[in-house]
Amino acid sequence: MNQPLIQLLGVNKKFGNNTVLRNVNLSIYKGEVTTIMGKSGVGKSVLLKLIIGLLDPDSGRILFNGSSLAEMSRSEKKEFKKKISYMFQGSALFDFMTVFENIALPLTETTSLKPDEIETSVHNMLGQLDLHNIDEKYPSQLSGGMKKRVAMARALVINPEIVLFDEPTTGLDPIRKNAVHDMISNYQKKFRFTGVVVSHEIPDIFFISQRVAMLDRGRVIIEGTPEEIQTASNAVVQNFIKGIDIHGTEES
Amino acid sequence: MTAITATVFKSFVSNLGKFTIDSVRGLGKLGLFFIKAFFYIFIPSMQIKKILEQIYFIGMKSVFVICLTGAFTGMVLGLQGYYTLVRFGSEGALGSLVALSLIREMGPVFTAIMVIGRAGSAMAAEIGIMRISEQVDALYTMDINPISFLVSPRLAASIISFPILTSLFDLIGIFGGYITGSLLLGANTGIYFAKVEASVIMADVTGGFVKSIVFAVVVVTICCYYGFNTHKRKEYGAKGVSISTTSAVVVSCILVFVTDYILTSFLL
Repeated sequence: MNQPLIQLLGVNKKFGNNTVLRNVNLSIYKGEVTTIMGKSGVGKSVLLKLIIGLLDPDSGRILFNGSSLAEMSRSEKKEFKKKISYMFQGSALFDFMTVFENIALPLTETTSLKPDEIETSVHNMLGQLDLHNIDEKYPSQLSGGMKKRVAMARALVINPEIVLFDEPTTGLDPIRKNAVHDMISNYQKKFRFTGVVVSHEIPDIFFISQRVAMLDRGRVIIEGTPEEIQTASNAVVQNFIKGIDIHGTEES
Repeated sequence: MTAITATVFKSFVSNLGKFTIDSVRGLGKLGLFFIKAFFYIFIPSMQIKKILEQIYFIGMKSVFVICLTGAFTGMVLGLQGYYTLVRFGSEGALGSLVALSLIREMGPVFTAIMVIGRAGSAMAAEIGIMRISEQVDALYTMDINPISFLVSPRLAASIISFPILTSLFDLIGIFGGYITGSLLLGANTGIYFAKVEASVIMADVTGGFVKSIVFAVVVVTICCYYGFNTHKRKEYGAKGVSISTTSAVVVSCILVFVTDYILTSFLL
């Protein structure tokens, strides 16, 4: 197999006395969608935040194309950030900005594109995500599903190489959930980005992902193709897929 | 007994040390926050549009409240000043009293206090909400520097707006003093304005401006800093934002008075 695009090696993360990630090893390959599944509170979002640099690991290494993120120079980090995009669980849209301004923001602030080029890019993205006639609306005037799509448009407008999706379907009805999963799958095929999706939508994740990893109690307990995960003999994995909680409802 | 005393003393010294280290560390962080915010006003490029928007919010939208408080402050000074001075037969000095009190002290301080209440609290709350709803994190992920994006335009706008608002406060206040002192109580109008003109020197005006600029820096740095660090509070969510906002208002008001004393002692 190729060299992983992103690799987590022995990553540990603690908040106070609460150890969230314990010796996490994970490989994410170029051009694939890797889904990280697991119960709520096991550190899935923390893992994404470590990859994008919002949090630093207590120990362990995160490699991008073989280079450690912690050892990158300022310019290398800037280059890395240009290639990566993040879609937040709660959308994180700026409520004082219109939909157009929200999507245009990464272009206006980090590129030297002219206003008409930015307008074209934003309108193209809005069109591709079936978001019509909402450019002048504010996030508070949108439904949950629309907010998710606007957040996705903002994440994709810079044509990133890597997109991190933090529970992109939380709070959506089944139809919207399918639509968002279809969008991730279709856009990944269209733009060939590398996707990392945090989700516990089973069985949908098996259809949109090339690789799946499961986090349990801060550790990656299994990593493989959807078929390998679905046929795994690991009781925790099978119980999670079937929706049975053998640890009890309380998270450590 | 001695052992207990020793333990209590040790605990006291330990807590005092922790408090001192935390305070120094906090001041250092605040200082760095201000330096970054100031530096990013000019780099990578002047954010003219955002600065103008903030001038409108901090400056323009405060005009009414500044005029109102300036007028009543001047009117009270006119009343109090007249009744005090008339006892000594020196009501002719009313213009000097009103003008110097306003230009040297009350104008910069009261303007800062009013802007804290109107715009400073809004800055802390807005940035605090952005922090807890991951909007600040979203800026990081888009490689947009949050301090440059959120704080620098507000700092630049305040440095421009505060002296203008202070001048307006002073001007309206002097007219307020004229209304009560001359129009209502009968002090001579000509003497009132002649004394204003004669007693106010350029050093008073520049001193007032220096104070207003320093207050602008203090107010914006404190309010934005508290909002920016809302997520580090023990209290989460809306409660965290409300406590950040309250703390920002209280601390910046106190610091305005403290810096006013320090500046006055240097300027006099």
